[in-house]
Amino acid sequence: MRRERAPLWIGVLAAIGAAFFIVPLIGLVVRTPWGNAARALASPDTLEALRLSLAASLSATALALVLGVPLAWVYARVDFPGRTVVRALTTLPMVLPPVVGGIALLLAFGRSGLLGSWLAVAGVSLPFTTAGVVLAETFVAMPFLVLTVEAGLRTMDRRYEDAARTLGASRWTVFTRVTLPLIAPSLFAGAVLCWARALGEFGATITFAGNFPGVTQTMPLAVYLLLETNPEGSFVLSLVLLLVSLVVLVGLRHRWLGSA
Amino acid sequence: MSLDVDVELSLGGLLLDVQFTLEEGDVVVLLGPNGAGKTTLLRAIAGLIPIERGRVALDGDVLEDTAAGRYVPTEGRSMGFVFQDYLLFPHLSVLDNVAFGLRARGDGRVASERVAREWLARMDLERYAASRPSALSGGERQRVALARALAPGPRVLLLDEPLAALDATTRATVRRDLKRHLASFRGVRLMVTHDPLEAVTLADRLIVIEQGKQVQSGTPVEVTERPRSRYVADLVGVNLLRGEADHGMVRIPGGAVVAIAGAGEVAGAGSGSGSSEVFAVVHPRAVSLHRSRPEGSPRNVWRGRAGGIELLGDRARVRIESDVPMVAEVTPGALADLGLVEGAQVWLSFKATDVAVYPA
Repeated sequence: MRRERAPLWIGVLAAIGAAFFIVPLIGLVVRTPWGNAARALASPDTLEALRLSLAASLSATALALVLGVPLAWVYARVDFPGRTVVRALTTLPMVLPPVVGGIALLLAFGRSGLLGSWLAVAGVSLPFTTAGVVLAETFVAMPFLVLTVEAGLRTMDRRYEDAARTLGASRWTVFTRVTLPLIAPSLFAGAVLCWARALGEFGATITFAGNFPGVTQTMPLAVYLLLETNPEGSFVLSLVLLLVSLVVLVGLRHRWLGSA
Repeated sequence: MSLDVDVELSLGGLLLDVQFTLEEGDVVVLLGPNGAGKTTLLRAIAGLIPIERGRVALDGDVLEDTAAGRYVPTEGRSMGFVFQDYLLFPHLSVLDNVAFGLRARGDGRVASERVAREWLARMDLERYAASRPSALSGGERQRVALARALAPGPRVLLLDEPLAALDATTRATVRRDLKRHLASFRGVRLMVTHDPLEAVTLADRLIVIEQGKQVQSGTPVEVTERPRSRYVADLVGVNLLRGEADHGMVRIPGGAVVAIAGAGEVAGAGSGSGSSEVFAVVHPRAVSLHRSRPEGSPRNVWRGRAGGIELLGDRARVRIESDVPMVAEVTPGALADLGLVEGAQVWLSFKATDVAVYPA
């Protein structure tokens, strides 16, 4: 890279831009009541929200892997009519306001929804359940995994798959023993991104699954509600989520932070 | 065991159209310039590219037949393939790479690893069993690729430029090893190369393809002694002319006439087919150069202009531009005596007895 000095105005605006992100983070760290942190974290409500958040976000990531990897494979490898449209639709949740996603999920899986009415007949109800949380998080987070894995599949050297086929490997063996290991970095990055997004999910969750402590109240919901009743507790929880995000960022640094 | 190949397909401007049969006893080398379609053909035989028209059959066992709508996928063809850059699986150890084919067909881990170790021993690679392929040198990687392809016991071995990825110093050693391993394999062997030295040293039979078409085949001696295309003639380093045989002469299109020895009866030419098209080969050493029109016996005397001059050790090759472009090989001394520079006018001559003629 060619280095140069920034002209004054660009430098000033860039500094303001950076401060815009850094000052709130400092605020969070400075204003967190460190003395009460342990107590705030150890409260049963917080622990419940933390446990639920972890369980739901990990389940959502698992679901996204099971459904998203095959979807990414199809996008990367198969040319079918309407591919562009379908791909655009499944990418939409990345830019869609999550609350709209929640409403759409209600209209599909709610008691009187398109599929929900059938599910109700079968005795299955998804809205306002923990399963509903997983569904809402998967809806919002899976596109991150699909796009990352698809990019990995597109850039991998497919001739390794040819080599495996000449050795007598079936399609399934090629997929599990050659394709997946070769795209492992993309798979890992996609899963981490997806998990981080699921962990922070708020809008779709509260719309589709509601806010019941112990059942659907995840960390972001708890943080928001604590702001009214126990601001210090919400600061502590926010810090926890911030730390998680930092760990994710450091874990994926090779992908995003480059050599700078 | 024999492999019937009849392949027609087009890929990115190349129209591939070849037919041949490979026998188990021969190491067959597919020789041709870059872009001739050699790799494409190899991939088509392995089923990695669909053919548009044709048939691939191994011992009467039809692997692909467009007329019958039959296609056996690559994994069912039992064809070992050594790729140009080997394509060893980077995430697996050397041992797991060699065991891959055995595991893929369902052999147990223990049995597969035992066979893989035997192959590594045969290739003198045992000490690398636990290494990743990236830790190996080019020559070692090539042997791993060969062991991996052979371990499952394929009926056919296909090799795509197996020496091209190596540097010149290791190539000679690896070529010698490869010749030994090819000799010990029982099955059909087909190797692709663009390197004539590799082709001639490894092949029992050569098939030359250019621009997707087969132009010549035979033993290396047959091919190099009787080139049938400009490409082969250039590889061997001889002048190749093509024309009509006519009573002691060969008439080259464009008007030039080459006198040949004897009555001009060319074995095979004109008999039956009605055509008397022939090739005439003149070795550059048989062509002499003169500053003025030479006197004396040579019956072929042409005037031309010196083109490129190339020094090859103690010989100089001079390209002569005339009605029929020719290359002459003279000593550097003769070159100095002639005072030859590029663009200078020059006479060339060669004896009728130095022209080898055979039917086209």
